[in-house]
Amino acid sequence: MSDKDSLDNMPVNEVASDSLVARFDGEVRSDTREGYEGYIVDANMLPEVASVLRDDLGYDYLSSVTGVDYIDDNHIEVVYHADQTTGGKGINLKVQLDRENPIVPTLVPIYPGADFQEREVFDMYGVKFDGHPNLRRILMWDGFHGYPLRKDWKEAYYEEDIKPFDSRWPGGGVKRSEADNPYGKNVNYPPGFDINNWTPETDDSLYESLEKTNSNGKSLHTDSIVVNIGPQHPSTHGVFRMVVALDGETITDLQPVMGYLHRNHEKIGERNTFLQNMPYTDRLDYLCSMSNNLGYALAVEQLMGADVPERAQYIRVLMAELTRISNHMWAIGFLLNDLGAFQTPALYAIRARELILDVFEATAGSRMMCNYMRFGGLARDFPDTLRGEDTVKFITDLVDNTLPKAIDELDHFLTANEIVRSRCIGVGVLPPDKAIAYSTGGPLLRASGVSYDLRTADPYSIYDRFDFNICTRSNGDVYDRYLVRVDEMRESTRICQQVMRDIPAEGEIFSGKPQYSVKVPAGESYGRVENPKGELGYYVVSTGKANPYRYHVRAPSFVNLTVLGELCKGHKVADAVVILGSIDIVLGEVDR
Amino acid sequence: MYGTGILKGMGVTIRHLVDSFVDDMRFLGQRYYSDSSMNIRQGTEGRGVFTVQYPDEKLPVPEQFRFIPFLLYENNEDGSTTDRCTSCGICAKVCPPQCIWIERSSDPDTGRPIPEPTNFYIDIDICMNCGYCAEYCPFDAIKMDHDYELASYDRTEAHIFDKARLDKPVEYYASIRPNDYLAEETARAEELAKKAAKKEAAAARKAAAAAKKAAAEDN
Amino acid sequence: MNNELSNPDIPVPSELQSAVTITSLDKIYNWGRRSSIWPMVFGLACCAIEMICTAASRFDIARFGMEVFRATPRQADLMIVSGTVTKKMVPQIVRLFNQMPEPKYVMAMGACASGGGPFKEGYNVVSGIDKFVPVDVYVPGCPPTPQALLHGLIKLQEKIDGQSLKSVRWYGQETSEAVPVPVLGPDLFDPRQHALLAQQAGQVQENTESVEK
Ligand code: SF4
Ligand code: SF4
Ligand code: SF4
Repeated sequence: MSDKDSLDNMPVNEVASDSLVARFDGEVRSDTREGYEGYIVDANMLPEVASVLRDDLGYDYLSSVTGVDYIDDNHIEVVYHADQTTGGKGINLKVQLDRENPIVPTLVPIYPGADFQEREVFDMYGVKFDGHPNLRRILMWDGFHGYPLRKDWKEAYYEEDIKPFDSRWPGGGVKRSEADNPYGKNVNYPPGFDINNWTPETDDSLYESLEKTNSNGKSLHTDSIVVNIGPQHPSTHGVFRMVVALDGETITDLQPVMGYLHRNHEKIGERNTFLQNMPYTDRLDYLCSMSNNLGYALAVEQLMGADVPERAQYIRVLMAELTRISNHMWAIGFLLNDLGAFQTPALYAIRARELILDVFEATAGSRMMCNYMRFGGLARDFPDTLRGEDTVKFITDLVDNTLPKAIDELDHFLTANEIVRSRCIGVGVLPPDKAIAYSTGGPLLRASGVSYDLRTADPYSIYDRFDFNICTRSNGDVYDRYLVRVDEMRESTRICQQVMRDIPAEGEIFSGKPQYSVKVPAGESYGRVENPKGELGYYVVSTGKANPYRYHVRAPSFVNLTVLGELCKGHKVADAVVILGSIDIVLGEVDR
Repeated sequence: MYGTGILKGMGVTIRHLVDSFVDDMRFLGQRYYSDSSMNIRQGTEGRGVFTVQYPDEKLPVPEQFRFIPFLLYENNEDGSTTDRCTSCGICAKVCPPQCIWIERSSDPDTGRPIPEPTNFYIDIDICMNCGYCAEYCPFDAIKMDHDYELASYDRTEAHIFDKARLDKPVEYYASIRPNDYLAEETARAEELAKKAAKKEAAAARKAAAAAKKAAAEDN
Repeated sequence: MNNELSNPDIPVPSELQSAVTITSLDKIYNWGRRSSIWPMVFGLACCAIEMICTAASRFDIARFGMEVFRATPRQADLMIVSGTVTKKMVPQIVRLFNQMPEPKYVMAMGACASGGGPFKEGYNVVSGIDKFVPVDVYVPGCPPTPQALLHGLIKLQEKIDGQSLKSVRWYGQETSEAVPVPVLGPDLFDPRQHALLAQQAGQVQENTESVEK
């Protein structure tokens, strides 16, 4: 478990701190604010500090980049979290910028994985990343007015700064927000907007920025064409759009366009109380609500210093691992869909998943939106019976027999299948150094041979008690990603079996008294878990009130997409769809 | 060898097909429309086809299942009803998307709030079925319903549930969530017993004190 | 089937009942349509996952003749708006709706599509798809379980059953108008609101100016 002081106890970090502060005397200083840790770096020194961090200190993996608007101190802070792929605690760097004109050098040349995340900070806070190759809005559309996550920006349906809203009780007065808005819709125009003299932004600049071929002289002359795949397309796994430049059938460049499901998770999250955010996390990666819950609970528990009872810890692990199985089932099923095996494998995969959902539904109350974890435990214990059987027996049966059988069946008819092999082997190869540089995570990273999994690299909950392997493969292609998923499902069933063997039969599942409004001590925390798709991190800043001051989600699907363009270049269009399927994204998490 | 992949795939499908017929024989015509076979078919032992023939048979929802919340009222013996809700406002405060509106009224004479809501609204177009309102209500007055068949042709009026629409008797609650109901009732009975015991103890102490005093006065 | 389609107003002699059914044109027309509603493959958010589960083996939407999910709007009868409608996405949704041939139906699945859902207050969220395209059936829930979705589909079938060839809009005289596609500007702009917007935006400007003074 990550307690706050351990950062100073870790030898690696001591080295880091000594050499960073000593080397950049005056330009790097320790963050001494109450409840904070890490280092504050001068903006113009950032690239140098980052290179030292990466090359000399071994922090080769930049997991998260985000911003915080400290409006009272009149600065915007950009926060970087870096890790070592060999394991251990992370380190964070902060840069403080002027709110009026925030400019910071980009880190893309050092950590290419910062690309989309910097664009997001630009989109949400208006921070300009000097030297960024493609600094444009990423979640909102070009031409949108304002920087939504700044504290002084207000949306059309804005009611109050924080929840609960006073109008709900005792006055009542039910109404729909539409009634309050002069336009009757959820819109808000800047003052002085003249509807008659205005042209919408087009995508021309995006299309022009694509790298196109120029095949004059060589062989046959072909025209380069630009194709939009999505946002409504059966194989984009939701509302995702890929703008592809083609030379014949071959992809010369690919730009993902997202934000079609941007639901303002973080803006709403900063208005919610800490507890109210829990059901919202369900809707991030909506296939993995249990482990989303876990990550958020860990982040807040870190700040609160809450203890979690034994039995609750076991159930947490069980639920997180069942989630991993159900997610990988889904991912494999739909990867096969993208390969053209329409529906059949997906149906078998969904069938196994349904039984896992039964467990969730009976325990947490909903198939998908579990809202099950609380700060300091769980919402409730297992029910007595499930489908007329004892619940414990049901789950034991499930993890001992049914799931392993289902996994074996998938393995049996897919792994050796000639079509799967010929479509997958050698497609979308991601070498390990690139996988790390692009901050990829989860099966995508491990299929490239990098054995980095937070469950062992920075163990949380009680994962250190279980015997399991981190599954890696070495080729880094689509086929290996598929194999890693199959292996991981097997390991997960093993963990579940151990949980069912060791779990205390009785015990508390919540420490303390359930409270509807928790006060969280001031400070920052970065809670993270190994989600089925990669590292899911929550960066939470509290000012000691009932609402988080900043609530940021480092979403694995979003960061994993950074490398998509690279992976697809040189392949055929049909392969782009497969590569996307093998990355396994969920749009709720990409766009948040 | 080419072709084995296809054969293997077909093999899996055929096995599932055969399983279904084997299963049919096992249930001897009782495969559908019976609760016990439903549990087996939908459980870990299920093989073959596991389709639920909705709407003729329905997959039973577990007790913890949550959909839209509802309000509880008690049926009194004289035929009147009492709301359990005291309009304390906790559910409105804890609701994450803030979709609960409660009107509390005050007594015109004393100005003190009346512990019963005048009206209670939930906008089900916002409600995220999270269950917090039920979880944190101190009076067990709001619970999560099991009724999911709510599709309608119009939402302008129908989708803001008011108190009349939300109110359901306690017996209904006892029928959909028997275990929860039982646990709550026992807890309440214990609480009452504790209170009564306390009262008794206090009374006994008082009596003892009085007796002592009297004894002292006698002396 | 006989019972479902037969017209009780016209008696059939009992010896012929096994062989002959008299029905009305409306009935057979509606029966045909409601037993083969083809939805569009159109997933927006979390609700789409439940929609896929409805199509999978446990709930098996094929029992209603609806398993033919079409990837193109031009072959689809039903658009299940399954998830949060965002401002960035709504122009595409309206365009897809316009591309669907008549008779077409729209189902708002889940709280988000019906009225904004838990994310309603967000700056990029549209508070209900019915602000842009007409909706036939609303299915509440977050997410509606597969059975709730099936219930909504049955409701849709009932609605189709109630229609008559004489009055349906697609055989009427008027050609159906396409819904104007919204445009993305500083915020979402619905062309139907042009006048209101010109007026209101001016007012907002005046207000802020007066405040500044
Ligand atoms: S339902 Fe419960 S929490 Fe809500 S106002 Fe009534 S008594 Fe209070
Ligand atoms: S279930 Fe959740 S969202 Fe719905 S009314 Fe209750 S607290 Fe609010
Ligand atoms: S209604 Fe709920 S489950 Fe459906 S899309 Fe909206 S948030 Fe997701």
